[in-house]
Amino acid sequence: MNEIIIYSMITLAGLGIASAVILYFVAQKFKVIEDPRIDIVADILPGANCGGCGFAGCRNFAEAIVKAESLEGLACPVGGAVVMGNVGQAMGLTVEATEPKIAVVRCNGSKAHAPAKVVFDSASRCSFAHSLFSGESGCPDGCLGLGDCVVSCHFDALHIDSETGLPVVNDKCVACGACVKACPRGVIELRYKGKKDRRVFVSCINTEKGAIAKKNCEVACIGCGKCVKVCPFDAITLANNLAYIDFEKCKLCRKCVAECPTGAIHELNFPTRKEPVATSEQSDTTT
Amino acid sequence: MKTFKIGGVHPEENKLSAGKPIEVFPIPQKVYIPLSQSLGAPSKPVVKKGDVVKVGQMIAQGEGFISSNIHSSVSGTVVKVEDYPGAGGYRSPAIFIDVEGDEWEESIDRTEALNKECALSPEEIVGRLKSFGIVGLGGATFPSHVKLMVPAGKKPEFLIINGVECEPYLTSDHRLMMEHGEELMVGISILMKGLGVTKAFIGIENNKPDAIGHLSKLASSWPGIEVHPLKVKYPQGGEKQLIKALVNREVPSGKLPIEVGCVVNNVGTAFAVYEAVQKNKPLFERVVTVTGKSIPTPGNFMVRIGTLVSALLVHSGFSAEDGLKVIGGGPMMGKALTNLDVPVVKGTSGILVMPASESKRMAEQSCIRCSRCTTVCPMGLEPFQLATESERAFYELAEKDRILDCIECGSCHYTCPSGRHLLDHIRVGKAAVAKLIRARAAK
Repeated sequence: MNEIIIYSMITLAGLGIASAVILYFVAQKFKVIEDPRIDIVADILPGANCGGCGFAGCRNFAEAIVKAESLEGLACPVGGAVVMGNVGQAMGLTVEATEPKIAVVRCNGSKAHAPAKVVFDSASRCSFAHSLFSGESGCPDGCLGLGDCVVSCHFDALHIDSETGLPVVNDKCVACGACVKACPRGVIELRYKGKKDRRVFVSCINTEKGAIAKKNCEVACIGCGKCVKVCPFDAITLANNLAYIDFEKCKLCRKCVAECPTGAIHELNFPTRKEPVATSEQSDTTT
Repeated sequence: MKTFKIGGVHPEENKLSAGKPIEVFPIPQKVYIPLSQSLGAPSKPVVKKGDVVKVGQMIAQGEGFISSNIHSSVSGTVVKVEDYPGAGGYRSPAIFIDVEGDEWEESIDRTEALNKECALSPEEIVGRLKSFGIVGLGGATFPSHVKLMVPAGKKPEFLIINGVECEPYLTSDHRLMMEHGEELMVGISILMKGLGVTKAFIGIENNKPDAIGHLSKLASSWPGIEVHPLKVKYPQGGEKQLIKALVNREVPSGKLPIEVGCVVNNVGTAFAVYEAVQKNKPLFERVVTVTGKSIPTPGNFMVRIGTLVSALLVHSGFSAEDGLKVIGGGPMMGKALTNLDVPVVKGTSGILVMPASESKRMAEQSCIRCSRCTTVCPMGLEPFQLATESERAFYELAEKDRILDCIECGSCHYTCPSGRHLLDHIRVGKAAVAKLIRARAAK
């Protein structure tokens, strides 16, 4: 009776030792050496996996950082300067400060400004509409208002305003650029967020001749060039009947906004201008 | 009766204008002739503002291998060359001509006499089609001379003439077969000579017994030309389906019909070939069906290229009302017009007006896996799968599932009981996959 117990114990112990030896060598053979810094960096990153950095997800981005041993040209739009600072610290690198950006909708062809002439009867998708026709208002470049950008946004930063039919960006935007890619017409651009969220931009991308553009939309840029002349910083260029404000050169002086005859240049989050004090009022008080 | 084997649908035929003879449409006061009227590169204008042109004079030259010449459809003065909105509302360059009189190029033979003898060599025929701007009039507007230039190593065996006209409502080819049958036979024999084949099959659907009878009678005196009645089934007019129906051969995926020894041409094209070769007449007018349940007097018209659709509609007693849908082409493959002032081009086979009650789409619901789209797909694809792959941007998968084989006939879309926008998704997917392949090739 005892013999049976002893033999089975010896057999089991022998099997165990033999397996341990085999497993040890297999583990040595197939060992994967991963840089521990990848885990550290990936933990710092926000984990949104939005792809805004240009990589498939946060871990791929962390791998790229560790592999490059430098932060040049790499930035996390979601985490911004804070997260990149932490990553730099973990990697022992210095980070250059980047100006935060935000998505800007460069079209103001709302239902009132650019009334619909035909009805689009299909699924609510800009990609369909763009491949089929120029849009309900007739503007071949403007926002179609069917919300491909809203669907693409992981951060709930975009919604379509029911009154204007145009997308509105809120402060949840992290400038990941998903909407820029989703828009078949290239209406959305990433621009500097600006001090106190103040921005000046041309809210139109129509390159048709002025008269034609104006026929479809009353707030279209007609390419008159007045803004180019008035800009003291050479920030505005005119090409293909369309003005463009370079956000790196623009100093937000707002001279162009007042000059634009169609109101295509927009200013955001500025305090309302002081009305020039009427002279008649002054004379009234003196008498 | 012959037909293609897999898939297909049978929408209501509604051939309202089948009994209406072709009427010559009055010459308009001005025409807008777009520079992009065929597949391939747009043509380059050879006239400028102020030039006086005659009917049939070349006004734009095709550049590149797949491209075609464009000729003036009227006599008058060129006003300008400027962008003009097309059917989708996107602008593309067009030549604007103000009409004065109706003075034709002297070389054009305007007599009605039938000219049966063709003395040109095959090379000269190809050259003639190229210089006279002949393109496929079935809808795809593929330059005809390119079809006759058979690539080295391939041997054409059959010429297939497409008289199917499987699109509901359209009757322009039907009328052409009835009224210009003899010219058609000469045109077909010229195409046979150009290709060097001895057999030509004309496929006509069985809903046009008069055309089948008429052409069969004429064909009996033309050796090598046979007329075959086909069972009525959409999309039999697709060239791959027609080849399958007539000679029971299958064009391999991604290849052209010449791979199985066939070249397909439309009856309209064969007629244009006759006029170009025997009458020296370039392609500047075509038969257009104006039809629809909202049109008081549907009809078939011989229309000069560049005439506005609105003029055609007014002539047919059309009055604008809300909710109407005007389609360039047939109801299955045609595209809705965003604007009625678009010009008739070489590819315009018909103008269809849908009443408000019929122009609305069904509300979209979830896929119920009924597999009807797969059953009707004439290319043997799985439309529900392709649509989902395209929607989710799985373009590599879509490519593997042969999204590029889709001929965009719309049978899946037509048959879907849940009103899903299958073809819309597939079209977007096709464009994306084509882009993917181009990017890969560029690498």
